[in-house]
Order: sequence, then structure tokens, then C-alpha cells
Amino acid sequence: MSDNKEVIIKAVNVSKSFDLGKGIKLKANNSINLDIYKGETLGIVGESGCGKSTFIRMILQMESPTEGRILFKGKDLSELKGEKKRQSRKHIQMVFQDPDGSFNPKMTIKKIICESLLNYGEINSSQVDEKAEELLKMVELPAEFKDRYPFQFSGGQRQRVGIARSLAIDPEVLVLDEATSALDVSVQKSIVDLLLRLQKEKNITIIFVCHDIALIRSMSHRIIIMYLGNVVEIVPSCRLGQEFAHPYTRALIDSIFSLDMDFSKKIESIESEIPSPLHVPSGCPFRNRCDQCMRICEEEKPDYYEVEEGHMIACHKFKNK
Amino acid sequence: MLDINDMTISYGDNRVIEHFNLSVKPGEIVSLVGESGSGKTTVVRAIMGLLPGNGKIESGAVIYDGRDLSKLSDKEMKTLRGSEISMIFQDCGAMLNPIRRIGSQFQEYLRIHDKKLSKDEARKKAESMFTLMSLPDSSRIMRSYPFQLSGGQRQRIGIAMAMSFAPKLLLADEPTSALDVTIQAQIVRQILMMRDMYHSSVIMVTHNLGVAAYVSDKILVMKNGSVVESGTRDEILKHPKMDYTKKLIEAIPVMDGEIYV
Repeated sequence: MSDNKEVIIKAVNVSKSFDLGKGIKLKANNSINLDIYKGETLGIVGESGCGKSTFIRMILQMESPTEGRILFKGKDLSELKGEKKRQSRKHIQMVFQDPDGSFNPKMTIKKIICESLLNYGEINSSQVDEKAEELLKMVELPAEFKDRYPFQFSGGQRQRVGIARSLAIDPEVLVLDEATSALDVSVQKSIVDLLLRLQKEKNITIIFVCHDIALIRSMSHRIIIMYLGNVVEIVPSCRLGQEFAHPYTRALIDSIFSLDMDFSKKIESIESEIPSPLHVPSGCPFRNRCDQCMRICEEEKPDYYEVEEGHMIACHKFKNK
Repeated sequence: MLDINDMTISYGDNRVIEHFNLSVKPGEIVSLVGESGSGKTTVVRAIMGLLPGNGKIESGAVIYDGRDLSKLSDKEMKTLRGSEISMIFQDCGAMLNPIRRIGSQFQEYLRIHDKKLSKDEARKKAESMFTLMSLPDSSRIMRSYPFQLSGGQRQRIGIAMAMSFAPKLLLADEPTSALDVTIQAQIVRQILMMRDMYHSSVIMVTHNLGVAAYVSDKILVMKNGSVVESGTRDEILKHPKMDYTKKLIEAIPVMDGEIYV
């Protein structure tokens, strides 16, 4: 990542609620403020239902925020209409968790990865073969794969095809939603290596959503931790879980089974489950599972406190630090 | 207590497991780890006598309590399944009937395996199992449909059902893979607690080496239908002999590991 930090995506007070009828509203995202810089990898961690996917869907313009704005290079993309909006989608591309579901089983690989290029008129059909070979080479797959079909590949190979497809039109931001969770660890590692290489070569911004906090730490510059629609911590990877950490982050780290842990030790983790996003506790959203809950946590939602440079924590514990 | 000798399993003409050996002592936890397609689940299904389609045990023996399970009739297997040998799945929600309440399914299960149980006793037993599994508000859960419960709750119900008759052998097929890390930790703790209470042996299939390391006495590393390496936890993790095992261990991201960017 270059030293002069250029903000590529800016989320200003973004909230999203879904109307479930009968006056019930599900608040999936609650006033998120975030700057994402060009060329960085931003990891997003959290349990199921914490609003990770809603947030990235808004970045991708698949949902629009109920409140607040998301700016791409200073422009609010949701205000664009028609052809301009279509053109704007080039800049942000997505890789899905399960590439099976996102490929048309009857299309050959070359058609799949060149579809967006043809749609945007960047190449004509006579160039498809050449371009497909180039893209497959980029993701370290043999060029002859271009005439095969998705079912002929393993999960890891398919995920590479998915990455080739999303990088075909040279996006500036690549969003990966649990892109490695369905893969075996050794395959996962090779996909991560590929992403890191491509990022260096193309200086793309990567937003990586994952529930494996150890994996995310190893490949991100910064990490945001989400809980029930709220960002509870923004932390540079190297500071994750060091002296300052949100109690929820601490709980996530303590829940990891690692190979070098003391096996005779009882595994520490919070009891109880994540509450339904329909009934977010008043005050601090994490208070009913927190072992350090204080009186103020019940009454007041904590602000963000900057405990170190670039390290923000939303917890009353850090008020005077 | 369980001894698998030289077992070979095939689906049609396709041999998927070759010369598989495993022995489990009472109260012991053995983990099968390996990547997808390595045959972990097939082994567990074979023990249970539940190989799908044209799968069958070609040769070898599965000796449980002096009897060869692969030679037992369906009827004999039925008396073992669910009471002496039971199983929990990756997604216990999928094994529950979506249009029946938890209580009615649980009671039916209990009464099928224990004919003497009255409806009322079955309900009480189910509720006491829920309490054991730290599922609060058991009467509400009894009245719920599977979709009204979270993944973690459904998994607890699956374990509660599997442990109802204090089985001697528990087969757990990826019991925590679909869960969030905090819930995974709770479930793992609960499986261990159940093991201590009932002194059951556990065979656990998982691709999460971390979980395997925490719970297991013994670990078997599988690849392409055969065992690459087996041994005690420390042998496998601290002194792996085979390159494949080393590669597998190295690929796991660790909290205090290197940051690549």
C-alpha cells in the first residue's frame, strides 16, 4: 500500500433497515462510518447476521442505504441513473462464496470470464479466445481450460475462474464475500497467495469478508469487526488482539482453536448466542454477552475512541485511555 | 471397543477407501482429518451401516463389542443405531423434519428406541437433555419448529438426541463446521462434557485441525481414501512425519503468524 492514502470508498453514517411488515424494522447496518483506501486490503469479520453482507451489497450498489451515503472517489454512485450507473459498476466487482451458483453451467469458461468485457464493448467476439487465455494465465490456470465447462473443475479452480471473471474489466475495488470458506485449507492458502500477488501487480483495493479472524489477519492491512449491524472496532492487522481490543474481538480470538494452544486449558468463549437483530439491546449492542459490562453500557451506546493511531474501538472501557 | 481391520469400501467399481485400520478405546476421541474427498465421511457412514446408493464394504471387518457390524442384518443394526452407536451431523437442522415441532420429533425418537417409555416420560427426558445441553427455556424449544431455532440451537438438539441413550460410540460428522467460532467453541465444550459424563468414545470427522487438536487423543490424517499418517495428537502435530501432514499444518492461518501484506 502506498503511503499517501487516497480514499477510494467513503461510508458516511450508513444505515440500512429492512421493513419486515407489521411495522417491524430490521436494522442490518447502524451508522457505519468508514474510509477505505486505494490499494489496501480491508478485512470484515463478524458472526452470521452481523450485517457484513448487507454492507458490501451497499458498496456494490445492489442495495441502497436507508440513511447516509457511500461515496466512490467522492461521488455518490446511488445518485447515478441509467447508462452512467451501468458504467459505474465496472469499478467495483465481486467474487462469491460459492462460484457454482454464480456460473451458468451451460457457458464455457471463456464465455463466463469474457462476458463483462463483451457487455461493456471492450472487446469484440473475435478477441474472446485471446483475452480468455490471458486472464486464465493471470490466475495460474492452463489456457486450454477456456473451452471447458464449470462442472469440470474443482472448487479451488472454480474460485480462480471467479477471480478471473471479476478482474476482467480492471475494477479498482474487488469485493470477496467468504470467497475461501468453502475451500480446504491448502487450497485456501493458494487462493490467498494469488490475491496478494494480483493486488501488488494491479494496486487494487480488496474488501475481504470472512469469519476466520486468523486468516483475515494474515492478509489484510486493516480489519473491521462488526457486531449486530455495528462496527465495534477498526484495527490495523498488526495491532489486532494486542493491548487494546474490544471485548467482542477478544472473545472471537479466544474462540479459535489453534494448534499451539495449551490443550489442557478450558476453551474460553462467551456463553449464549448472538441476539436477533430484531432485538438489539439498548446501549452497547454487545452488553448482554460482555463479561465486563458496566452500568453505563446499558444506558448509552459507546462512541469510538482512538486508542492508537488508526485503531478505533467502540467501548466505554476505553473512554479515558 | 471398536476395531476396523483392513476395510475397503467401494461405490460400484470405484474403490474409495482402501485398507483402512482404526481402533478406538472406551472414552477415547479419535479425529479423522483431511481435505474434501478424502473419504472421512464414507468411513463414518460405513461404521453406521449407512453407505449411500451402491456403496458397500468389500472386505475387512468393523468389530464393535466382538461383533462384525458389516455382517449384521438391517434389523440388528437398527437396534444398535441411535442407542449404542449414534451420530451427529454437520447440520442437524437438515435431519429434523421441518414441519413437525421439535418436541414431537424428539419424543417419537425416544419412544422408538425405548418402547417402554410413556409420552410424558419421553417429554421429561427430552427436557432434561435440553437442560444438560444448556438450552434454556426447554418448553418453548419443545414447541418450536426447526426453522425458528438458530444453527447453534439445532446443533445442540442434534447432540441432545444423539446422547439420549448414553451411546457407547458417538460418530460426529463435521459437527461444528457450519457454526460461528463462538458457537463452535461452545459446542466443542459440550461434546467433551457429554463424553466425560457418559464415557462414550467419539469418532469425529473434521477439516478443522484446530478443533481436532483440542479434542482428540488420536488423529488420523486421510488423503484420497487412505490414511496418510496416524498417531497421538502430539505425534501428528508436533512431529509429523509425512510431507502431506506438514503441508496441512502449515496451511492453517494462525493468530500470531506472519502478516503477508
